[in-house]
Amino acid sequence: MGSKTPLYEQHVEAGAKIVDFGGWDMPVHYGSQIGEHNRVRQDVGMFDVSHMTIVDIRGAGSKALLSRLLANDIGKLTEKGKALYSAMLNEDGGVLDDLIVYVDGDDYLMVVNCATREKDLRWISEQAEGFDCLVSEREGFAIIAIQGPNAITVIKNVVQSDVRALIESLKVFQGGYCGRWFIARTGYTGEKGVEVILPADDAVGLWRDLSQRGIQPIGLGARDTLRLEAGMNLYGSDMDESVTPLISNMASTVVMENHEFIGKAALQEQVRSGIEEQLVGLVMTARGVLRAHYPVFCDGVKVGEITSGAFSPTLQHSVALARISKSQGELTVEIRNKRIAVQKVTPPFVRNGKQVYKTQ
Amino acid sequence: MAEFPADLKFAKTHEWARLEDDGTVTVGISDYAQEALGDVVFVELPDVDAALNAQGEAGVVESVKAASDIYSPVSGIVIEINTELEDKPEIVNEAPYADGWFFRLTPSDSDELNSLLGSTDYQRLCEEETH
Repeated sequence: MGSKTPLYEQHVEAGAKIVDFGGWDMPVHYGSQIGEHNRVRQDVGMFDVSHMTIVDIRGAGSKALLSRLLANDIGKLTEKGKALYSAMLNEDGGVLDDLIVYVDGDDYLMVVNCATREKDLRWISEQAEGFDCLVSEREGFAIIAIQGPNAITVIKNVVQSDVRALIESLKVFQGGYCGRWFIARTGYTGEKGVEVILPADDAVGLWRDLSQRGIQPIGLGARDTLRLEAGMNLYGSDMDESVTPLISNMASTVVMENHEFIGKAALQEQVRSGIEEQLVGLVMTARGVLRAHYPVFCDGVKVGEITSGAFSPTLQHSVALARISKSQGELTVEIRNKRIAVQKVTPPFVRNGKQVYKTQ
Repeated sequence: MAEFPADLKFAKTHEWARLEDDGTVTVGISDYAQEALGDVVFVELPDVDAALNAQGEAGVVESVKAASDIYSPVSGIVIEINTELEDKPEIVNEAPYADGWFFRLTPSDSDELNSLLGSTDYQRLCEEETH
């Protein structure tokens, strides 16, 4: 028996297939993963992502701490409520986690992965020593994501007028408080939408209100194919402590100037010695499904492996992310002892419901 | 809840076999199997005229979750494959015992059907797997 989110009973009632996910009993689908995926691409769906870890960093020294903890530049957050996506690195430049951080004056709100919870909390607390700030996990909260082309319209019709006004005021990648609710224009699907962090006691109410408006729940299975189509990395699959952000398609989230951060020296050294590998997108139009750990070949020589792969319901063929050494030539993937041709592309594959990838 | 029709025979590897009136055998995957696999996205079927062995590889089902080998429950020669599955693999999820059938063969030894599981025994096997 794993941990249960405040919405667990709602999932069971909705007929969810429950699986263990990083120690949590979570819905993988409610009947059809592909149906749920398509609903988010074409209309709207809601996700329970309360398993994710929320960390508060408060006090005058918070910014200095985050400047050191994060490979992205926390100084970019000049506007209240703005969000930043960043890697958090160890001294070797390995990715400890990827996260979203929101600014609120001197205080910051961070959402990190659930599987890395203990490691992250320990690391952040250790590094915080000597900084004038307080690190604490925010407990007793739930996170509901509402995503899809109609997400904003739908959520505005469900919530109270003060929350509606807040949502209308938010730009993409910005969040803000309304009482104890924190609402942000962020997500993990490549569609419009919001993520709502709210007290556990309010979560069932919002979930039911959305449900009564006909909003269908979406499981973690579709969440994975939606993020993959959107070209977003999954921690633990596409990157971990053994790789740097520079070979994880995250170079644009690393800011070398302006700040000293943990892992910077290792990244500089990697740049000096030459970047040998890259995380690329793969497209296979032949029948079959690319899956994690399938080997990738260039002109017959093994150059790496798939880190995540799936059948793309939007594109109707398989797509994948793969870490391969830099190479020019014909790429193939070995699937069940057969080499199948694939095309190297730059992620994302899908944005706002449409194919967007280009051949490299 | 998965269905286990009483008129079918089942393999431990989750295929079903139905002896038709004309002596041929129709094969598919069980309701329990399709539920466990999740949405089916591709089905690779054997060629017509292929000679299959009992418990031998007969194809592959790719679902959102995994790729799974399909084994022929009995030996025989394939006489027909369900080409509908090429464009509509989701039929396997919707009607695993009807329109979602995989292939039909002429069995080389119809006694092999008797070594398969009846629906009650197969249901028990699935319940053990679940628990």
